[in-house]
Amino acid sequence: MAAFGIVYGLAARQAGFSAVEALAMSVIVLAGASQFAAVGLVAGGASWPAIVLLTFFLNARHILYSASLAPWFQGRSRSERLASAYCLADETFALSLAHFRRLGRFDRRGYWMAGGFVVVPWIASTGVGFTAGQLIPDPTRLGIDVVFPAAMAGLAVGLISGRREVVAALAGVLLGIGVGLVLGPTVGIVAGGLGGPLVGLAAPGASDDGRPSDGGGERDAEAEAATVPALGLP
Amino acid sequence: MSLTLVGLAVLMGLVTYPSRAVPLLTPGLERLPRWGRDYLRLVGPAILAALAAVNVAVVTDAAGRPTFQVGVGWLAVVVAVALVAWRRNLLLGLVCGVLVTALLRAAGLAA
Repeated sequence: MAAFGIVYGLAARQAGFSAVEALAMSVIVLAGASQFAAVGLVAGGASWPAIVLLTFFLNARHILYSASLAPWFQGRSRSERLASAYCLADETFALSLAHFRRLGRFDRRGYWMAGGFVVVPWIASTGVGFTAGQLIPDPTRLGIDVVFPAAMAGLAVGLISGRREVVAALAGVLLGIGVGLVLGPTVGIVAGGLGGPLVGLAAPGASDDGRPSDGGGERDAEAEAATVPALGLP
Repeated sequence: MSLTLVGLAVLMGLVTYPSRAVPLLTPGLERLPRWGRDYLRLVGPAILAALAAVNVAVVTDAAGRPTFQVGVGWLAVVVAVALVAWRRNLLLGLVCGVLVTALLRAAGLAA
């Protein structure tokens, strides 16, 4: 977690963010993949609406986490749920769900400890990375400029857990480059990011066995959320 | 010190927070249709892959036209992808991708 925060801080500095801007993103958004994406998009001159749209879809996986934790929050106050949602990230979900299952009940202290393991190191290491960037006179010579595409590609691989994800990612690449060469890089990224999953949905999944789904429910949401691998990012 | 991007951070936060909070506040929202859950699961890899690919393959020339490029960024991405797929270690892939780039530049083999 801390290592990626440092890399994010370095990348943000390289992209021209001020210290306050880099830290504000870590405090307010608290979602590593979309923050890395925003850094690259800002550096590439993408429009804010495009960045916000991609952020929405990139972070929509939190719906699965939140939905699968919802039954454990039954009986908790609205204000507690609202506050708890702030730090609900990949690691918070994994740690707190395992903790609740072990106890067989909700545990406020356990949840906030899990959240603290995400929030504090991420924000602190962002500051460390940004500060360390001041000590590097020529980041390009050290290859810091390739951190963004390498991180995005590595994160994509980390999220792949089946054939459909591979197809969606490859379709995203092809659509992104193809549309990007015709209509510009930002449009290409949006087309690849939102069109790739449609191609992925058309591919047969590993678990397709011809049986109809039972239509959803909390167990389905939890199972879907559990298929999202932890990336070491908030 | 610039504060312009704080506004962008706020907008990003405004579209991120509801995905964390709404299902917690709205019992039953976990009953998303199957295709909706599948689409959400596929969006992450597709967006991230598209971001990486466009970043290394598409550049805008002086006239504002997007053009195809092949550079050392491709190699960094391939190294990162291979190592993450092999070792399931993102940091290792990232560090090696950066190191390969730095070494090639130091040797004068890449721009």
